[in-house]
This record gives sequence, C-alpha cells and structure tokens, in this order.
Amino acid sequence: MSQIGHNISLTERARRIRRHALRMGEVQGQGYIAQALGVADVLAVSYFHATNYRPEDPEWEGRDRFLLSIGHYAIALYAALIEAKIIPEDELETYGTDDSRLPMSGMAAYTPGMEITGGSLGHGLGIAVGMALALKRKKSSSFVYNLFSDGELDEGSTWEAAMSAGSYKLDNLIGIVDVNQMQADGPSIGVLNFEPLGPKFEAFGWFVQRVDGNDLDALVKAFDAARHHAEAKPRIIICDTKMAKGVPFLEARDRNHFLRVEPHEWAEALRNIDAGAEA
Amino acid sequence: MRRSKYIRPAHLESGIDKPRLTTSAMIASIAGPDQPTRPAPFGNALAALARKEERIVGMSADLAKYTDLHVFRAAHPDRFYQMGMAEQLLMMSAAGMAREGFQPWVTTYAVFASRRAYDFICLAIAEEMLDVKIVCALPGLTTGYGPSHQATEDLAMFRGMPNLTIVDPCDASEIEQAVPAIAAHKGPVYMRLLRGHVPLVLEEYGYKFELGKAKLLCDGKDTLIISSGLMTMRALEAAKQLRNDGVDAAVLHVPTIKPLDEAAIVAECRKGGRLVVVAENHTVIGGLGEAVAGTLLRAGVAPPAFRQIGLPDQFLEAGALPTLHDQYGLSTLKVTEAVKTWLST
Repeated sequence: MSQIGHNISLTERARRIRRHALRMGEVQGQGYIAQALGVADVLAVSYFHATNYRPEDPEWEGRDRFLLSIGHYAIALYAALIEAKIIPEDELETYGTDDSRLPMSGMAAYTPGMEITGGSLGHGLGIAVGMALALKRKKSSSFVYNLFSDGELDEGSTWEAAMSAGSYKLDNLIGIVDVNQMQADGPSIGVLNFEPLGPKFEAFGWFVQRVDGNDLDALVKAFDAARHHAEAKPRIIICDTKMAKGVPFLEARDRNHFLRVEPHEWAEALRNIDAGAEA
Repeated sequence: MRRSKYIRPAHLESGIDKPRLTTSAMIASIAGPDQPTRPAPFGNALAALARKEERIVGMSADLAKYTDLHVFRAAHPDRFYQMGMAEQLLMMSAAGMAREGFQPWVTTYAVFASRRAYDFICLAIAEEMLDVKIVCALPGLTTGYGPSHQATEDLAMFRGMPNLTIVDPCDASEIEQAVPAIAAHKGPVYMRLLRGHVPLVLEEYGYKFELGKAKLLCDGKDTLIISSGLMTMRALEAAKQLRNDGVDAAVLHVPTIKPLDEAAIVAECRKGGRLVVVAENHTVIGGLGEAVAGTLLRAGVAPPAFRQIGLPDQFLEAGALPTLHDQYGLSTLKVTEAVKTWLST
C-alpha cells in the first residue's frame, strides 16, 4: 500500500483547499480565514480519503453525509467542495456577493453539497443523530459526519445530541471536533473550559480518538479507525488544529477569530501556502 | 423567493459582469456615509452607570466583543461574567444573579435570545419578574448573514411574554438615555441593540427618551408614520424627502414596544384623517404594525388607510445589507416610494 504516495496527494489537496479559501477571502478582504486554513487538512482527508460522494450528483442517496455545523466556516467547506468539483471553481469570485450560491454563512438552500444550514451553533450534532437514525431505518451503509467546533461544546444542545448518540449506539455517526482554541470573545478554554474532552465523550458511550488535526497521516489513521471500529458506538475524532495553519504571519495574529487581511498580504499568504507544500 | 441552488449566478453564465456588493463583515454598519455616529453607546452608557450602581453585573455568551459589552468588561472586569456560547445557561445564571439581588445585563444576538433561550427567559426570569436586562445585537434585518443571524421575528415572540418590557431604540443618544431608564425600571427588559458606530439622528428633534412613551418627532397633515428602532431613522429621512415633493409626513417614534403607548397612538391616529403607515425592522407578523392595528381596532379608530412597512413573512436572503434593505423595502428610498404610492391610490 503506497501510504506515502497517497499522502502526497492529500498534501496537495490540503494545499489547494487553502488556496481556494484564501482566494475567496480576498473577495471580501476579511472573514473566517484562519479557521479555514486550520481545518483544511481535516477536510482534505474527509473529502479525498474518507467519504463517498458523486461530484456530479451531490444528493446521491448512497453518499456519506458531511454536515457543517459551523456555518461560519462555510468558506472552508466551499473550498473543499470546489476541490471535490461539486462547485465549479469560477464561483470563487462570487463568494459572499449578492446573487452568489456561496453566502458568508453556510446554508443548505444555497449551495450544492451543503447538507444543513449551520451558523446558529449547536444544531449539527443533533441533526446528525436524526440522519444516522434514518439511515439505519433505510438499511443504508452510509456514514454521517458532523464537523463542529470547540465553541459548540458550550451549547447544551451538543451534549443532548452526544448523550442520545451514545444511547442509540450510533455506529454510523462520526463526529469531528475542530479544537482550534479560538472563539468570538477569545481563547476557547478561557471562554468556557470544556476539557478534558475525550473522557466526556467516552463517558457518553463514544469511541474517542484525539489527533493533531494538521497531521495528515494521523488523520487518515483516525478516520480509518473510526469507520472500521468494531464496537456499536458513535465515533468522535477530536482534532487539535492550528488557526491560520500554513501562513505564519497570520498564525501569529492574536485576534484571528475574524481575520482582516490587508490587500497586499493576500499574495504573500498564497506564497506561504505554496512554499509550505514544496518544503 | 430564493432561487435554486442549482442555478449558477447569471453573470458567470453570460460573461456579462456587473458590480456586485460584497456581504463583508457579519455586523454591517447601518450608518450612512455622512452620518455622525458615536461608538458603542450601550457599552459606554452601562460602564458609566455601573460606577454608581453597584448591583449591575455584565454577562455574555461569547459575544461581549460583538455587543459592545466589552467596554463594560474593560471598565469593570470583576463584574463581568463570561458564560460561554450557552444562551440557556446565560439566562438561567442571570436569573440566579437577580435572585441574589444583582441586576444582570446580559448580551447575545437577538436570534439566540429569542429562538434558543425563550423558555429560560420566560420561566426563569419573566414569570418571576426578575430584574434582568437582556440586550441583543443584530435585531431584525441588520446583518447579511442570512436567517441564522437575522432576528426578524424577535418582537413577535417576545410580545407574547408577560411581564417583559420591550425597547427598540433608534440611535446612539437614545440608547445612552435608555440604559439608565431601563436600569431604574424594576423587572425584565429586552432591548434591541444597535452596536458599533451608531448613528446620531434624534438630537435635532429635541427628543428625550422616556420608557413607555411614544413621541411625535415631526408633524404633517398628509400621512402619519409610526415607527420604532432604526426605521424611525428611515422615516425621518423619508419625511424630509417627501417634504421636498410637497408631501407632509408626521413621524411618531415608538421606542417602547411593550407596554405600548396606546394613548399616544390612538390620539395621533384620530387626528386629521391621515394615511397611517407603520414602519418596523421586523416581520409584518406580530410586531409593531399589528400591535398598532390591534390598538386602533380596540379603540374604534379607523384611519382612511392603514399600511405596513416591514419584512415579509419569509426567511430572508443573505447578501449585502444595503442591497437587502432595498430589496425588502427598509431603505429610505423604498419608504419614500411606498408612502407616495399609497397616497396617490
């Protein structure tokens, strides 16, 4: 098995996802860019290793469902959907403009491949529970993925969903938590301490893995283990990611929940992404 | 009506480009380019008041920075509580604080207070008549981020809650005056917040905020516009433009939605057989318009015509705020046009 060759390809996918996100960010001059750069590796593994889908038929019944609970990060998922050829690349330039299919916050009615409307946080995991129950009723072998954030761990509804998924032993549900340690008001742990996170999900009956969310090899292993785990349990992959990963001068910014990037800095950011990939 | 997600933007298909406004930040400014503004009027007013009022504490659900409460937090760090992005907890813990004699001022976005935390505000706070002040940003259509952030029905929901006082201020000076007035009122209050650089428009009308009172800002014989919140700003601008076209418009500003100043509304609507237009930054269902209509019907007052300017009974689109205000009829231009059309028919 050419694991190395496989991961070179994923490295390239992640790089391209970051490029797409930056090019969209440039249209607005600002946005949830740090989150998109941070979660790009998770999305690369999700869309180019773990999930089944048909680019030409985003509503194919046999697909794995990939839910973006964090509607704010829409720019990140759009970048992955563009790379997966579910959205044509020329729509990048319409990001967040009037008449676009790519609004600033992710909405199911606007965008092919966007399964749910996120943005009001704490909805995704509960919807994922319902979809997982429904897929079991339909005798489907598809998985439901829900990408949510450490901030959503504040919301009580997330824990209601977590408890029910454990109670129903939803082995077709895979939660992915992007722990990027940054919320609107500041560092996540400072806003509300959700640690220790793994033991909490374990206590709720989940199969838990925690990985460096910017390590493609670790992610591949974790997604494989989640899909093939033998116990009848929902699965969670806690991904510790780095905000603005791949663009050092943006990584260094304290206030990166909603990044403002100067016009001349976009080309520099793209150069960083490309240089990082070659290194 | 939202178009299908399977139809691509027309300009990509046709190759004919036109300038398209970007949505940009979640919190778009409602200030016009030449409008004088004041920064963070709520945060500054609360921080100042808290120097005198020891009972005041501030609490937020991961949105202090986006509700101007960060100004209070900076001034009184030991009296600020970060409850995390947990709006139900925010309301419950505020109820606990109030039960122990404090006056919590809690902030989040209007969508999250109304839709998510309604039950907790209702039973933990309002039913007990607790002294909690709920101050919420992004009311009505004040962001282009789509329905997840547009609180188009908050007034309809909260009007149904007994004991709750509801305030929808128009500008920075009114917010500054409303803060001490709300603090002096004993009981739960919901205030719709305009945040960031908030326009100043009411000073030239010699206006003073009084909780529960509607105020006539300008008089006119042809039409009476009844409005609250930022729509009073639009109504005043429209009245100026209408005057240039020989149309005389009165503007009655109703910053307190509940309890409603029914006496002032009935008195103004009895005068002179004018077209009555209610303008609000809210769905036309269950907000100020229907509150005024019910008041008039109960009082047996029938103006020659009654019209509503407000948001349609739809989930609104995402887009740039000026585009959306035009599209849904809240811009000064659209208000002016609507009044002219109704007067001529």
